[in-house]
Parts: sequence; structure tokens; C-alpha cells
Amino acid sequence: MLDLIIAKFNYWVYIVLMMIGLYAMIAKNNYIKKLIGMTIFQTAIMLFYVSIGAKQGATIPIIDHHGDGGDHGEAAEAVGHAVETAAHAAGSLDPDAYVNPLPHVLMLTAIVVGVATLGVAMAVVQKIHDQYGSIEEDEVLKRIKL
Amino acid sequence: MDIVQQAPILMILCPFLGAFAVSLAGLIQRRWCYPLTVLFTAGSAYAGLGTLIQVLRTEGGVIRYRMGGWEPPFGIEFRLDALNAAIALMVVVVALLVAIYSRQTVASETAGKEGHFYTLFLLLTVGVLGISMTGDAFNLYVFLEISSLSSYALIAMGRGRAAFSCFNYIIMGTIGASFYLLGVGYLYIKTGSLNMTDIARILQEHGLYSSNSVRIGFLFILIGVWIKMAFVPLHRWLPNAYTFAPSTTSCLVAPLMTKVSIYVMIRIMFSVFNPEFVFGVGPRSDLVVWLAVIAMMVGSFYALAKNKLKMMLAYLVIAEVGYMVGGAWLANATGLTGAIFHILADGLMTLALFLAAGAIYYKRKSYNIVATKGLFGKMPFTMGAFAIAALSMIGIPPTCGFFSKWYLISGGIEAGHWGFVVGLLTSSMVNAVLFFRILERAYFEKPELPYEPGRQGKNALNFVERKGVDEAPLTMLAPLWAASLGLVLLGVYSGVVIDFISRYVNSVGFQ
Amino acid sequence: MRQRPRKGVLIAMDTLVMTSQLPLYAVLASALAPIPLILAGRNPNMREAVTFAAGFLKLWFVMKMLPPVLEGKVLEYTLFEPVAGLPVQFRVDGMSMLFALVASSLWILTSAYAIGYMRPLKEHAQTRFYVFFAFSLSATLGVAFAGNLLTLYVFYELLSMSTYPLVTHHQDAEARGGGRRYLTYLLATSVGLVLPAMLFCYLKSGDMTFAAGGFLAGKVTPTEALVLLLMFVFGFAKAGVMPFHGWLPGAMVAPTPVSALLHAVAVVKVGVFCILRVVTGVFGLDFLEQLDLGLVVSFIAGFTVICSSLIALSQDNLKRRLAFSTVGQLSYIILGASLLSDLAVKGSMAHIAMHAFGKITLFFCAGAIYVATKKKYISDMVGIGRRMPITMVCFLIGSMSVMGLPPTGGLISKLHLLLGAPDSGRWWLMLFYVVSTLLNGAYLLPIVFRAFFKTGKHFDAGTEVQEAPMFCLVPLTLTAIGSILLFFFPHLVFELASLMVEGS
Repeated sequence: MLDLIIAKFNYWVYIVLMMIGLYAMIAKNNYIKKLIGMTIFQTAIMLFYVSIGAKQGATIPIIDHHGDGGDHGEAAEAVGHAVETAAHAAGSLDPDAYVNPLPHVLMLTAIVVGVATLGVAMAVVQKIHDQYGSIEEDEVLKRIKL
Repeated sequence: MDIVQQAPILMILCPFLGAFAVSLAGLIQRRWCYPLTVLFTAGSAYAGLGTLIQVLRTEGGVIRYRMGGWEPPFGIEFRLDALNAAIALMVVVVALLVAIYSRQTVASETAGKEGHFYTLFLLLTVGVLGISMTGDAFNLYVFLEISSLSSYALIAMGRGRAAFSCFNYIIMGTIGASFYLLGVGYLYIKTGSLNMTDIARILQEHGLYSSNSVRIGFLFILIGVWIKMAFVPLHRWLPNAYTFAPSTTSCLVAPLMTKVSIYVMIRIMFSVFNPEFVFGVGPRSDLVVWLAVIAMMVGSFYALAKNKLKMMLAYLVIAEVGYMVGGAWLANATGLTGAIFHILADGLMTLALFLAAGAIYYKRKSYNIVATKGLFGKMPFTMGAFAIAALSMIGIPPTCGFFSKWYLISGGIEAGHWGFVVGLLTSSMVNAVLFFRILERAYFEKPELPYEPGRQGKNALNFVERKGVDEAPLTMLAPLWAASLGLVLLGVYSGVVIDFISRYVNSVGFQ
Repeated sequence: MRQRPRKGVLIAMDTLVMTSQLPLYAVLASALAPIPLILAGRNPNMREAVTFAAGFLKLWFVMKMLPPVLEGKVLEYTLFEPVAGLPVQFRVDGMSMLFALVASSLWILTSAYAIGYMRPLKEHAQTRFYVFFAFSLSATLGVAFAGNLLTLYVFYELLSMSTYPLVTHHQDAEARGGGRRYLTYLLATSVGLVLPAMLFCYLKSGDMTFAAGGFLAGKVTPTEALVLLLMFVFGFAKAGVMPFHGWLPGAMVAPTPVSALLHAVAVVKVGVFCILRVVTGVFGLDFLEQLDLGLVVSFIAGFTVICSSLIALSQDNLKRRLAFSTVGQLSYIILGASLLSDLAVKGSMAHIAMHAFGKITLFFCAGAIYVATKKKYISDMVGIGRRMPITMVCFLIGSMSVMGLPPTGGLISKLHLLLGAPDSGRWWLMLFYVVSTLLNGAYLLPIVFRAFFKTGKHFDAGTEVQEAPMFCLVPLTLTAIGSILLFFFPHLVFELASLMVEGS
């Protein structure tokens, strides 16, 4: 049992975090706390993604061209080229030496999405506050019923 | 490069660039927002038509558009086949009709915010279009969130409880999207790919169907889209959100958001996975159909209990979701055909009904059912179109509602799932009661306005009852009638549409 | 047990199918009429002229189809194909022709009658009335021409929808209740019973086209066949088989022209027509006989015949009495079909026409009485023969036709129905007919008798003759004469009916 937990600890971490977030979203009365829960929930998934890109003993996925310096523009071009032909040139590069960068890139997008969601949600909470003078769900509900 | 080749990307670029143009216009001259929106959605609709023709002409019926020329699975591609070409076209047509319709409603309900409103409107269109066209699972998530975020903002612009119900929608929507993302993550772990076709290929080649990760991934994705489509029991967020939104918003959101989530479900079930896996290893499929039956009942009967026109329609959306989910889970080709056809049919029906509700609100300033009294005399054209849409909801031939029910019931009989058949018929009859209750009021009673407690003081509207016919303006009637006639045409030409859909259904490979 | 030579099987083999647009034109003649009707809405004379023009045009198209049909040809026209291999299609054969002829000729007379009825009573929304009247006629012809179950269903539903505004024409509380009942019965049965039954048939047999001898034979188990048959018989609630007859008396709140044409001719006959079609074209007489399913339907129909006649006896409202009489007569037809004998089925078909003329005369008379005297109740009509002799004579003729007395067409069809019972080997089913004929007499003849030979509080010996307006009187005289003519010249009716029976 313990082995299972340790071997897949990243899963456990994300599940625990997710549950905390879910709990906050559903059970908390305060809208801001709900939003905090939402952020924890999203972050848990981001962590999960980032963790699945990891490999034992691998390094950051930047291809080292061994002194093939030159200026930055060229380097960037080279990287682009390298990625493009990565599939074909797998022989010359050892994929095991690099962390899988794709999940990280995906999560950059997800973070942006999360921030945007949070922004919209905050604005809505503000509107609720303007309207009902409270950000506690039960008080708002009471005022709606009136 | 041939411009026709670029049609798929033009379809989505039009509203996307339009969003920038409109937001600029909103700063400079608000009057330009409306024509610009119509222009850009019309361009998108035109490109949509081109896309459909292209799909029809292509051998095999699949076109793939690669972003920036990157080859999948590395690049993102738009992949259009018989399933989503029709749905994408429906999306742009709905967007165009709502854009035309929006002139007075936006000006009266969200005065001063036209720039923001139309920007979000176009972004929502972009999102929904993206969902329906993309061939990449993660890209789909991004589009899902684009559309959701804009719909949150659009809904929150409403009056009354809008902000409050929108908040619940945000919470639920985010949970749904996160579950979807999580599911995609699990699939990625196993397959190392995000391209749907590629995932399907890898799953097949490596026989990964028995893997627990894949199963869990599938389940997470299902839960995610079920939340997004408000499938019972995850439906609670929908009625309030749709009811209190501005009428233009509900006209756009109600036909598109749930339908497109159903599309995603079907895409995942049958394009990424296959029927054998879904109905073999997944959750017991007949249980899902039973859930769908419950959805129909809950939707229909709650709708019966509501006295707000829009609230009633919102519950009907939930019932219709049950139709489609049930059809897709019947595990036979007929049911799936019915479900897909119903996506198109229901998109149009919901559109027509919400357009009519909006027109009624515009003239009568109330969503209460009482406000429909005597409307056949006051707004004969609006009510005429409403009646056609109502007949389609009930399933009277030759409207398209009848033909989608035809396939769904056939599918139910074929699968031997009598609960589904009975549920569908019951729900049709409840719809009949529901709509004839309104039509009766509109036909038999004298026009009158309901007494609403919130109407005194500051909120009171200076409503002056006019004598005789008091019809909505032409910009509202034209889209409404276009939608209603579309219902009849889609019914009459359902053979052609079904033929087209069958191309996809046949490729799914039911036994 | 019994043997019945099936003649004419060979004829069915070489029935010629020819494509023709005539059925479409016949349907469109009234379906497109609303456009000029609405345009002419402000000018009543113009509007009614349009109605007549459409009526004659329609009749002309129908007549043009008569010669080829009599030659045994089937006219076919496909409208559209919503389901692959399952088109919405017109196929005009003898049976369609008979029904179409009756409906379209009576439409013209009813239009004339409607002028005489609606104008003196200053009914509101007359344009709407004519518009939906035209629509419902199109739907009726659509049902008559339907070539398969799907088409039948499509037009059946359209008929329900287009008659709703007619039934509720008065837009008052009573009309609302009647209309609600009307739709509840018709929609609940068609959506709840016919639709699933139809789909089941389709899934089992992969076909829906009405075929001589049916298409279900051998495709369904006996139990399924029984359930399907019951679903169809009850599902086509327009036929008014008990317990789904409740809408018919309720729908009598409609103006009399509507009651006359739609609820004595078009709508209710569409119901029985659908059942006849299903029995002959879906199940096939042989198949039903083989499973011995006729008897079940016989009992349901027989029960309705007797019950409704008894109820009719107790009704004081003339139109309601006629409505219950209709319920009974409709079940005559169904009973005839359920005998599964050629003779009886032919009689059923003919009875659609014969009863149509008789019953429409009765309704016209009821309306004429209302226009002239504002009397609705039979108890108020004592002695009315002095005031309206022509009307009451026509009422007598109509009653005789409904009862089946010479010299009216009703006799001939009833004779066929009666003789069909021993022909099918169940002579005791004749009892239903005999008893109900006596009951028919019991609830119809006293009205006439008391009209002429008694004096009542409203009409005494000194009452002067004052008939309803000409537009009312002429149509009802014509339909009464029609009833008599059908006695002397029933050939066309039977020729068309035999075409259908021999085809099956």
C-alpha cells in the first residue's frame, strides 16, 4: 500500500489537492473562498500535467548544439528546426535525456485560461457585491428570496 | 493558394478578427458595432457554406486544415468530416441569425455596452466554432474555455439574478472543463498524443483499451462534458443562468453551448474511442440511457411547473440534452443518427423559441407566461413562428423535430430499450401540454400584463399598452421566421441531411 | 372453416403504376388557396369567390384522375424523401379516389353553406376560418392519397393541427375546453400509439408502402400483430372508437359548417380511412384472417356501435346527438372492415361515401335550424316542420340514409355490411347492425315526427314558413338529393371500392 502511494505520489498529491479545491468550491459560503478553491482545483490539474512530463535523470528540453554559438536569432531558428525534425532525427538526440516539454507548454495555456476565469469570476463577484451588498452565499440567497 | 481551401480557417478568422474590430469600434463609434458584427458573422457563414461544399466534394468526406503547415500530430489541425461540418455550419448560421436579431435587444438591454457585448458575442462564436472544428483534444479545451469565458461574461450582463446564477455557472463550468482536461491528460499519458485521430490510431494499434488510465481518462472526459451540457444530475446551473441572461445572450448560448458539448461527447465516444470500447468496457450504457430518460422527465416536468417563459425553455433544453445523450448511448447506428440529427434540429428549435421569447420580452417587457395572453392578436407573426417551433418540439411532421424523434425512437426500439421509447413519447406529450398552454393563452385570452412585485419604484417600466397589432421590428422577425422555416425545411430535406450524417455514422463501425 | 375465393389476385399483379403530378395539384389547390384568401380578406365576396374557385379546381384535378384509376392504374407522386427509402409519397388508387371525390365535392357544397351560415350570424374572423378550412381539406386529401404509413401520419397530424383553429373558432371558454379535449385525444393517441406502432412496423418489415395483401405478413409474431392492430385502431382516434371518442362531442362547439364537413366527413372519415388502410394495406386481410384477429376489432367496434347509439338517445342538443350517431356509424365501418370479407370491406368503403352524404345533410339541417331560429335543443324543435318544411324533409332523407332505408344510398352500403357478416362465417355479428339500426331510428325519427305532427311551445299551428337563407338551404337540399341519387347510381362508388378490394 505504502509502495503504491510512494511510487505514484504525484497522483496522490494532485488528488488530494483536487479534493481540497472541490470541497472549498462546494462547501464554502464565501464567494472568494469558493474562487480560491477553484484555483486550487485548477492548480492540482496543472501539477498533474507537469508531473507527467518528468523523467528520472532528464534535463530541461533545450538542445545543446556544442559551441555552435552564433547570435540569438540563429539559435532560435535552430531550435525551431530541431523541434520540427525531432521525430526524424530521434537517432541523433536521446529523448530520454530531456523532460517532455509538451505538458509544460500545455499548462502555460491552462494557466492563462485559469487566470482569465479567475478574472471573470472576480468581476462577477464584484457585481454580486454591488447588487446584494454581500459576498456570503446565504446572505445573497436571503436577499434574492425577499 | 485557393481561397476555397482556406474556407475552414476563414470561418473562424472572420469572427475572431471581427472581435478586434468591434472592440475598437466600441471605443470610437458604438453605432458601428452592430453592422460590423453582422458583417463578420455573415462572412463566417459564407465561409461555412464553402467548407460544407468542400467536405461534400472531397473524397472520403474529410478535410484537414493544418495550422501553419505543421503536420499532425505535432501541429494543430482542423478536421472536418460529415459530423462536424454540418454542426459548424449550424453554429455560424445561428450566430448570424442572432447577430441580425440583436439590434434592438442589445441596444435596450445592455445600453452603452455594445462594444463589449459584441466583442464577447464574436469570441463566443469563435470558441464554439473552434470546438466543432478542431481535431486536437487540448486545443478543444482551449476553445471550450474561450466560449465558456465569453458566455460567463455575456450572461453576467443580465439583470436580476444574472450575476448570482452566473457565478454558479462559472464554478460548474470550470469543474467541467477541468475534468475534461484531466481526462485528456490521462489519454496523453498512455498515447503521447493529443491529436484525436492519432490517439484513436495509437489506442487501436497498441490495444490500449483495457488500460485503466485510458478508461479513467474516458470517464473524466465524459463527466466533464456532461457538466458542460447540463446532463442530469449535473444540470442545476443551467436554468438560472439561461433565464436571467440578456435575451440576445440566451438566444446565442442556449442553442450552441449544450449542443456543442454533445458533439464533443459523440466525437470522443466514436472518433477517439470506438463503440466496442464505449459500450463494452465503459459504464453500462443502458444506465446512461436511463439517466437520459430521467433527464427528459426532469426537464419536461420542471418546465411544466415554471411560469417564466425563458425558465421553461431552459428546462426544455435539459430535456433535449436527454434526447441526444440517450440517442448516442443506445449503442446502435439509428440512435446515433437520431442524436446527431437532433443536434442540428434542436439547435434550430431552441434558437427559434428563444428568439420568439426575446421578441415577446422586447414588446411586453415580461417573461411571465401571463404576458403571452392574447398575443396572437398583438404579435401574430411572432406567435406564428413560435407555434411552428412548438410543433417541432412536440414532433409534428413535417417539421424536423418529428424526424429526429423518428430516428431516436427507432433506435430505442432497435436497442430494445423501451424505457427510452416511452420516455421520449411522454416528453413529447408533456411538450404538447406545455406549448398548447401558451398557445391557448395567446389565442383565447385578452392581452394583459402580469403584476410583478419587482416592478414598482425604480424598476417600473413605462409600459404603455398600444392598441391593435404591436409587432416586433423586422430585424427580429426576419431571423425568427428564418429559423422557423428552417425547421420545416430541415424536416422536408431531412433525407439529404441524414444521408450526409450517415457517412459519419457508417464510419463509426457499429456491429 | 370457411373458404373464400380470392378473385382478382391477377389484377393486382398487373396494376400499372404511373407517375403523375395530378395528386400534388389536387392537394395544392387548397393548400395554396390561403394566399389569395388572405389578400382578399377585406372583401368577403372576393374571398368566397376564391374559396369556390379553389374548390372547383380541386374537384377538377380529382376528376381528372378518375379515368386512369378506373382503368386500374395507380397514380404516384413522390414529394420528398425524408428517410432513405421511405418517401413521403402519394399513391392514388380506388380507395383514395373514392374518399377524395367525396371530400372535394362536399367541400364546395360546404363552402356555399358556410356563406349562408357565417354571414347571417356575423361570425368573427371569417378569413381565418376559410384559410384553415382550405388547409384542412389539403390535409384530408393528403391522407386520402397517402401511399405509405409515413405519409398518412404526416397528413393525419397536419389535419389535427389545421382543424384546431376551426374547432375553437368562437374563442370562448367552451371552445377552449372543446379544443383542449380535441387536441389531447388526437395528439396523445397519435403520438403515443400510432407513432411507435408505425416505427415498429417499419423496423420489423423494413417497408411502409401500402401493398395489396399488406406487408406485415410473416414479419411479426401473432402477439405483436395483435398489439400493433390495437395500437392502430385506438391510435387513429379520429375514428372515434370508444374509449377515444370523447373529443367528437366536445368538438361540436365549432361552427356548424365545420362540424358538418370536418366532423361528419373529413376528420372522422380520415380516422376510419386510416384504419381501413392499415387493415388492408399494412396487415392484409389474409394475414388477419390467418391470425383470427378480426374478432377482437369486431367486438371493440360493436361495443362502440351499441354504446354510442344508446348515448345518442339521451342527448337533447341536436349537434351532440348527431355527434354520437357519427361515433356509432364510424364503428359500423370499422366493424365492416374487421369482418375481413370482401363484401363487407367493400361495404365499409362505400359506407364512407354514403354516410358522408347522409350525415352532412343532417348537420346542414341542424345549422340551418340554428341560423333561422337560434334553436339548438331537440326539445325546442317540436313543430318546427311547419316553419322549415324543406329543411325537415331533407332531415328525414338524411336520417333514412343514416339508418339505411330505401331509397337512399345508406341502404346499399348497409346491405353489403350486413351480408358481409354471414359471408365471414360469423352471422351473429349481424346483430350489432340490426340492433343499432333500430336505435338509429329511435333517436332520429322522433325528431322528424314531432317536427311535423306535433305542436310545441315555439312552433304552433299558425307558424308561417320561413326557411334559412338560400345559401344554407340549397346545399342541404343538394346533399339530400345526393343521398337519393346514390341509391340509384351507386356504381361509381362500388366500382372504386371493388378496385381496392380486388387489389388486395
